[in-house]
Amino acid sequence: MSVFTTLLLRDMRLAGRSGGSAVLALSFFALVATLVPLGVGANLNLLSRVAGGVLWVGAVLAALLSLDRLFQGDFEDGSLDVIALSPLTLELTALAKICAHWLSTGLPLTLLSPLLALLFNLPGTATGVLFISLLIGTPAVSAIGAIGASLTLSLKRGGLILPLIILPLLSPSVIFGAGAVSAALDGLSPGSALGLLAAFATASVLLSPFAAAACVRLNLSS
Amino acid sequence: MMISSLTAEKLACVRGDRALFDGLNFHVTAGQALAVEGANGAGKTSLLRLIAGFLAPAKGRILVKTGQGESDDAEERGRLVGWLGHLDGLKPQMTALEQLLFYARLHAVAEADLPALLAEVGLARQAELPCRYLSAGQKRRLALARLLASRRPLWLLDEPFAALDASGQNLMALAMASHCGEGGIVIAATHDPLGLCNESLKL
Repeated sequence: MSVFTTLLLRDMRLAGRSGGSAVLALSFFALVATLVPLGVGANLNLLSRVAGGVLWVGAVLAALLSLDRLFQGDFEDGSLDVIALSPLTLELTALAKICAHWLSTGLPLTLLSPLLALLFNLPGTATGVLFISLLIGTPAVSAIGAIGASLTLSLKRGGLILPLIILPLLSPSVIFGAGAVSAALDGLSPGSALGLLAAFATASVLLSPFAAAACVRLNLSS
Repeated sequence: MMISSLTAEKLACVRGDRALFDGLNFHVTAGQALAVEGANGAGKTSLLRLIAGFLAPAKGRILVKTGQGESDDAEERGRLVGWLGHLDGLKPQMTALEQLLFYARLHAVAEADLPALLAEVGLARQAELPCRYLSAGQKRRLALARLLASRRPLWLLDEPFAALDASGQNLMALAMASHCGEGGIVIAATHDPLGLCNESLKL
């Protein structure tokens, strides 16, 4: 087993054990998706119109719940020092943590989304587009979140500052993701929105490990 | 990889606006143990972090000589370091054996004799116990097992005897002596109560 896979599997195991950040995220996502139809009322047209935006924002906020612990747990108990001295570079360490976060949070949220789309009376085609957009876009949430998590690593209340740093950076994914669902609802092709979302996610996943590693390095030297 | 020597030349460390030390020189060769002594806040931990490559020196350099030549590259030096900081680096949710297995894989070393290693540090019965149930001393013993499993030639130890009982201190001392006997280097921020170290450095 490679060093990268070792770290990825350990982080996924910890996410599953520590009261389950994945379970917490899924519960939060389900609650938001249940409360909005209760608040908006039984206007099915309105519900299907807002579904894309609400479910995307819900998924982003749910993923945020566990992001602040991405590096902080390892930093606080000294594991990060030992990991930093392993053969794995800090860039690959950050990538392993991003992958583990997505697999334990982003992917379950995506898998749950078609079920929650039923509460919004979202047609089948638009539900499919929502699923694909979350599948493509949630890796960007984990990747950009990793930058914020590494930046606020040594701050006592970093979890509170984290959303303020990364939510503006995540606005393109919400715009393109919700835009793709709206396009599908209007009978238009969601291809361009999904393409832009894929480009944004790819760039995020490729570039953020470098930024996150630089921030971790800075915190280890503090 | 084997290590021949570690040399610090005119090393300076600044934390915030405060200069912790300046013009620090020392030389440690394979088989030697160096005790770094000093009052609280004198810069013992900072010196260890400088050697590990976590911190960059304000002035001076650290040279490490191995079979492949001499280098002052911090990243290369980091690959030689076995680290035991004042935090044990253990996860409360993982069992002792899981932790050891993780670190062995992380350092790409053989996993076969890990249960024997746990027995060696007196934790055979705690192998399947999550770390949240271990005492501070047992966690320190597990951190020692992790250090032994890493098979790194340059040990940097920050207060290695902290939280250990008499038998634990003896175990740590034996491990340090054995590591030096095998041609490794130990640099420990400690007051060296057991008189293990050949050299001492006062900060």
